[in-house]
Amino acid sequence: MKCPEKYIAYMHEYLDEEISKEDALELKAHLSKCGDCHRHFQELEKSLALVKSVAHIAAPGDFTMRVMNALPKEKKKVGVQRWLRHHPILTAASLFMVLMMGSLLSTWNTEKALSVSKQPNLVIDHDTVIVPEGAVVKGDVVVRNGSLRVEGQIDGNATVINGEIVNGEKYMASAGQVTGEVKEINAIFEWIWYHMKNTAKEVVNFFEDNESAEEQSLGVAVFL
Amino acid sequence: MDAIIKKRIKQVLKGDQNAYAEIVELYKDKVYQLCYRMLGNRHEAEDMAQEAFIRAYVNIASFNIELKFSTWLYRIATNLCIDRIRKKKPDYYLDAEVSGTDGLTMYSQIPSDTRLPEDEVEKMELQDIIQREISNLPEKYRSVIVLKYIEELSLNEISEILDMPLGTVKTRIHRGREALRHQLRNV
Repeated sequence: MKCPEKYIAYMHEYLDEEISKEDALELKAHLSKCGDCHRHFQELEKSLALVKSVAHIAAPGDFTMRVMNALPKEKKKVGVQRWLRHHPILTAASLFMVLMMGSLLSTWNTEKALSVSKQPNLVIDHDTVIVPEGAVVKGDVVVRNGSLRVEGQIDGNATVINGEIVNGEKYMASAGQVTGEVKEINAIFEWIWYHMKNTAKEVVNFFEDNESAEEQSLGVAVFL
Repeated sequence: MDAIIKKRIKQVLKGDQNAYAEIVELYKDKVYQLCYRMLGNRHEAEDMAQEAFIRAYVNIASFNIELKFSTWLYRIATNLCIDRIRKKKPDYYLDAEVSGTDGLTMYSQIPSDTRLPEDEVEKMELQDIIQREISNLPEKYRSVIVLKYIEELSLNEISEILDMPLGTVKTRIHRGREALRHQLRNV
């Protein structure tokens, strides 16, 4: 005897837990009467129980390690980008240094002409700046791309960039006199150093001026 | 657990490779089991499971973080296994001529369909018999049966993993069950 196909369909609906109540009752009634269908159903349940019974196997112990070792290496670029993101201040500082160096180097290279600080009694002869005998130059004297000969007196610092002090004796054994420091700057690193020191001095001066101004105003206030 | 996975995925997306180790650790057994039941061979299963994790890592940027990670991972693993099964197939074409023979086909190479001698069957563990019968299922039934009865996933999840309509999944499960019934009723 051949049973209707629908009973097989009901069995699968039952196994999927999607069978309606009426169909379930109908299936149950049929299975109690029909030996073939009953066996069919039992075989289905048995085979599923066997499949479910297979022990769950675990991955080998070194599995994770092997996967991690097999992953493509992080791109260098990613590493650098991450570093930059994590150190914004260092990034900004190094960028600043690069730009700073660039501008300093360009000024070092481009300024070839003789230039000298403006003081009325300096005499310029070709590429030599002369402080005439008997003259007193007030303030700092800065000579670029030229030499400085001191025969008179400088009331301040004397700085020669990319040139020399011709009088030979840097340390003022000569007739000329400089009341402040005497400096020759010829190498590029010295130039950079000079620039940095100047900037620092300006900054310090700025603050000192502010402070003294404040002190003065305080003094005035007390005095009043 | 989903929250932890999401957090780790975000770390991986930011370039933190080490965060991925935790994801592998959480899913390695399930993925390995899936591959082993699909392929029936531990060595191949390990290769495929590893490959699945590597592919998931490489393509993690294309994963939609709002979806379930395991579904996505299982899909990668299942597809890899199915590809592997399909690539292996030519070795088993029974009507292909055996090289070096004159007109002999693979049919002549396999033993007749009689059962193995009693003692050999006894030596075979029940576990191995079941695995052998799972491996004997056609690939399209095997994947749904493994996902449903070994990985214990819902029909909806299986339909997402295999990217096929729920109705198709149901039909395949029904046919897979009938095939298993045929193969295992005498065990």
